[in-house]
Amino acid sequence: MSDQNTTLVKIRDLHFSRGSKTIFSGLNADIPQGGITTILGPSGTGKTTLLKLIGGQLKPSAGGIEVDGQQVAKLSRRDLYALRKRMGMLFQSGALLTDLNVFDNVAFPLREHTELPESLIHKLVLMRLHAVGLRGARDLMPAELSGGMARRAALARALVMDPMMIMYDEPFTGQDPISLGVLLELISTVNSALGLTSIIVSHDLAEALSISHHVVVISEGKVVEAGTPEQLQNSSSDWVQQFLNGRSDGPVPFQLKAPDYGQDLATTEARLDA
Amino acid sequence: MLDLIQSLGAGTLNAVATLGRALLHLIQTVLAIGEPIRKFSLLNQQLFASGVKTLSIILVSGLFVGMVLALQGYNTLVRFGAEESLGVVVAFTLVRELGPVVTGLLFAGRAGSAMTAEIGLMKSTEQLSGLEMMAIDPYRRIFAPRLLAGFIALPLLAAMFSAVGVLGGHLVGVELLGVDAGAYWSQMQSAVSFKADVLNGLIKAVVFGLVVNWIAIFQGADCVPTPEGVASATTGTVVKSSLAVLGLDFLLTAVMFSV
Repeated sequence: MSDQNTTLVKIRDLHFSRGSKTIFSGLNADIPQGGITTILGPSGTGKTTLLKLIGGQLKPSAGGIEVDGQQVAKLSRRDLYALRKRMGMLFQSGALLTDLNVFDNVAFPLREHTELPESLIHKLVLMRLHAVGLRGARDLMPAELSGGMARRAALARALVMDPMMIMYDEPFTGQDPISLGVLLELISTVNSALGLTSIIVSHDLAEALSISHHVVVISEGKVVEAGTPEQLQNSSSDWVQQFLNGRSDGPVPFQLKAPDYGQDLATTEARLDA
Repeated sequence: MLDLIQSLGAGTLNAVATLGRALLHLIQTVLAIGEPIRKFSLLNQQLFASGVKTLSIILVSGLFVGMVLALQGYNTLVRFGAEESLGVVVAFTLVRELGPVVTGLLFAGRAGSAMTAEIGLMKSTEQLSGLEMMAIDPYRRIFAPRLLAGFIALPLLAAMFSAVGVLGGHLVGVELLGVDAGAYWSQMQSAVSFKADVLNGLIKAVVFGLVVNWIAIFQGADCVPTPEGVASATTGTVVKSSLAVLGLDFLLTAVMFSV
C-alpha cells in the first residue's frame, strides 16, 4: 500500500450495452493504486463485464476507462497488448490451458513473451508455484486439479510476469472453507508482498470485505456507494443496507411488479366462472 | 404469412451477418499465418493432430473404395470385353473425384469436428479470453496454426487416398479377377494426364482444405460458449463442410472437366 492516494484505474461516465440491454449507464469509479478494491453488486449487474472493459476485451459505447494514464479503448492493438502484459487476470474457472501441465501453464507467458533461458524460467516458475503452495503439483494436468487448486495455479501464472495489477473474477465462488481461507490469505499477502493493485469482483460479502481496503458497490449500471468497508457498513442508503444484510425485502422488493393481489385473484375467479 | 416473411428476413440477415463474421475471421487468421511458419513446433503439433491422426481412416477407406471401384468397374467393362481398361477407370475416378471429395468428407468428420470441439471448449472454459489477457493473440497461437496445418494436410491425405485406392483396385482387379497387370498399369499410365487429372484433383483438395478448416475453426470460435453451443457447433461443422465440399466439387468439376 505504497501509494494509496494515486488512482490506477479511472472509470468515467462509462456506458455499455449488450444488444438492447443496458449494462452501464454513466458509471464513475476510481480504483486506488496499491490496495485491494472490491467491486460488489448483485448477480447480473455486469461485474465481470467491467473487468473485461478494464482489460480492453470489450469496448464501451461511451465514456472511458483509464488504466495507468492510458485510455484503454483508444489504444492500438500493440499498446493494448503491452498494457495487458502488466495486468494479470484470474478467471472464475482458472482458464488454464488444458493441454499443458501446471508447470508449463505457469511458464507459458514467460516462454511466449521473453527470451529467458530455460534454467531461469524453471526457477521463476518454481518460486511462483511455491508461493501458492503448488510446487508439488507441477506435473499434474489441469483436469486433475480441484477448483481451488486450479485457481491457485492460475494465480501463479498471473503473477509470473510481475504485473502491476491483478483482477480476480469471483475468486470465492464454490470453494470449501479451507480453500476459501487459502485464497483469502493468498490474495492479501500477494498484494502486500508484491506491492500490487488488486481488483476483486465478487458477491461474497463477508470474505471480500475482510481483505479489502476500498469497496465499490454497483447496481443497475451505476455506482451506489464507494468507500472503505467501515464507511460502507455505516452507509445511510437503504439499498446498501439491504444488500449488506441480505434482507429479502426493501428497496429491492421481494415481489416483482404485479397488479394488486386481491384484484388479481378476483379476476382469475371471474375468468374461470365465465 | 407475415410471420413467415418476417422469419425469412431475420434468417437471411442472420446468415449474411454470420458470413461477414466468418470472412473477417478468415482474413485475420490468414494475416496471422506468419506465426506458425516462424514457430514450427506450433505447426508440427497441429499437423500431427489433424493430419497424422486422420491418416488411418483415410488409408483404410481409400483401400476399400479402390477395391469396390475395381469390382464394379470390372463387372461393367467385362461385358464389352474392355476389362483391360480397368486401371484407367479406377485411376480417373479416384484422382479426379473420389480422392479429394471423400478425403474432404472424412477430414471434416474426423479432424474438422475435433477442431471445432477443441476451440469451442477453449472458448467456453475462458481459455481464449485468458490468452488474450496474457497478451497472446489467439489468431496467431490457436487459429492460424490449425488453418495452415489443415490446409497442408488435406491435399496430402487426398493424394494418399488415391494412391492406396489404385493399389486396392490392383488387388481386386489383377490379383482376384485376373486382369492383366501390364494392361492395368500401362493403360493407366498412358490415359491419366498429370496436368489435366492429377493436378486438377490436387487443386480440388487444396480448395477443400481451405474451406473445411475455415468452417471448422470459425464454428468453434463463433459458438455459444455452453455445452449445447459446442455440441451444435460440432454438428454444424460436419454438416456445413460436407455440403460445401459437395457443392464446390460440382462447381470445380464444371470448370475443370467440362471443356
